[in-house]
Amino acid sequence: MSFFARFAQNRGALVGLIILLLIIAMAILAPLLFPESPWRMVQRPFLPPLSQDGFPLGTDTMGRNVASGLMHGAWVSLLIGLVSTSVALLIGVPLGAIAGYYGGIIDDVLMRFTEFFQTIPNFALAIVLVAIMQPSITSIVLAIAIVSWPPVARLVRAEFMSLRNREYVEAARLVGQSNSTIILRQILPNTLSPIIVLASLMVATAILLESALSFLGLGDPNVMSWGYMIGAARTVIRQAWWLSFFPGVAILLTVLALNLVGEGLDDALNPKLSRER
Amino acid sequence: MVYARLILMRLFKAVIVLFLIVIFNFLLIQLAPGDPASILAGEAGAADQEFLNQLRERFGLDQPMYVQLWHYVSGIAMLDFGYSYRLGVPVFDLIMDRLPATLLLTGTAFVLSLVLGIVAGSMAASRVKKPSGSIIMALALVFYATPLFWVALMSVVVFSVYLGWLPAYGLYTVGAGHTGFALVLDVAQHLVLPATTLALFFMAIYTRMTRTSMLDAAQQDYVKTARAKGLKPSIIQRRHVLRNALLPIITLAGLQAGQMVGGAILTETVFAWPGIGRLMFEALQQRDYNLLLGIFFFSAALVIVFNIITDLVYSLADPRIKKGAA
Repeated sequence: MSFFARFAQNRGALVGLIILLLIIAMAILAPLLFPESPWRMVQRPFLPPLSQDGFPLGTDTMGRNVASGLMHGAWVSLLIGLVSTSVALLIGVPLGAIAGYYGGIIDDVLMRFTEFFQTIPNFALAIVLVAIMQPSITSIVLAIAIVSWPPVARLVRAEFMSLRNREYVEAARLVGQSNSTIILRQILPNTLSPIIVLASLMVATAILLESALSFLGLGDPNVMSWGYMIGAARTVIRQAWWLSFFPGVAILLTVLALNLVGEGLDDALNPKLSRER
Repeated sequence: MVYARLILMRLFKAVIVLFLIVIFNFLLIQLAPGDPASILAGEAGAADQEFLNQLRERFGLDQPMYVQLWHYVSGIAMLDFGYSYRLGVPVFDLIMDRLPATLLLTGTAFVLSLVLGIVAGSMAASRVKKPSGSIIMALALVFYATPLFWVALMSVVVFSVYLGWLPAYGLYTVGAGHTGFALVLDVAQHLVLPATTLALFFMAIYTRMTRTSMLDAAQQDYVKTARAKGLKPSIIQRRHVLRNALLPIITLAGLQAGQMVGGAILTETVFAWPGIGRLMFEALQQRDYNLLLGIFFFSAALVIVFNIITDLVYSLADPRIKKGAA
């Protein structure tokens, strides 16, 4: 069976993929459909949804277009989710690979280091990091990456430990390949499928984290994000529920879609294992 | 004896981790833009010169780095976390004042999510191929994907504003002057929404963990033996599968409990619950860095305490550890 056929066998994964594509389309179409900055005050505040043309989701406390914010926010969420996951992989994969390949004292030291980061409450650490570095896209991406690399390191380490004594690795060693070549060329390619599955789930978690940070007022002050929209509408929840409702649904759908896609990828990449579960 | 050694070892590890966090906090203060003294004071430029000089002297900011670090660490070792500049109160007192509310909230949410998660997860495990099992898992996935603060806000809209069933803000009704049982009831009512919303996300995690763990346990030989003996499936599920599946769940639950402190920051913010999570939000808004780092340290300490407790529960639940395997 082809990769996509296996992926498509999981009905949920297909639904997730469609939702995800729609959200990507939202992000791409945002500047075309709403060329004006989502921060501009364009109508009177607290306009309910569907009450006026051009404002399908109403306006917020400052008279900004909610639909425009929602579409521009898609871009920010996806961007931060992808970039911070990539950075987390850049930290976690080398650490896990080195720990798993060399073992012994190196492994001990690196794993204590990883455990330390796992003990610290993720979200509190992210808050402190962003607050100290000052809120910006860069600091948010860094903070999310710093709190989310440990699972990557543990996964890659476990994979390397199980693969490092395989025959093809011994063979590579006999031919005289260097450790770095064996790590990069022989073992790493064989650990890719679990890493890809984990990464897709990490993008989802990163989006949740970003929205929670900007909900607390730690978002980049220059970009419109879903979390910010909910946070800004928090105090007026009694008068205008829709201001918090729609961005929340957007986050929920994106995170759900990514989780479904992750499960589908798991089915497609690890066909034997996933049928059991 | 074994327990005493286990506890001692865990405490030793905890002290090391907390020490590292203190160093980490110290580094963060150095990393922040501006003068460390002004960060300790609260905000760059806002503190008066005399106060800054006092701080410089106290933390020896003119001295070499390792001396500064020593001052900072020894201060914290004596529970001196410095002052919250904005509130003019020692950070330690502020946190101690707010800690009980957070413990009440996270403790309730933890028990609630664990119990509901194990029940839902074992139901899903015994209905693997049936629609009802799939529905449970789909719900768990939705709860897992929903932002905590959004569920909190929406539950305020539905249960407090629209239906008017439950109070949405605070720990108790201010000015009602309840005492005794009436006060307990009042606090319990205020606890329902925050604890449930905080529990939902973790319940989703525990449901998935329980299901996986039970399906694993169901593959074991002793289950086949039990089935061959002709035991009723419900008894096998309860006595043989669930019991053995519980051990890994306890371990994972302990690890996840740490994230609950993080979740408490969001729920407490929405529900104006006067715990350290809400305090952290207030510290954030006022850029009260010293208070922020103090709370950060305490939340990590809380996680470690949670983990030690789960370790102990684990060793009580697993009879093998009693024989000295630990």
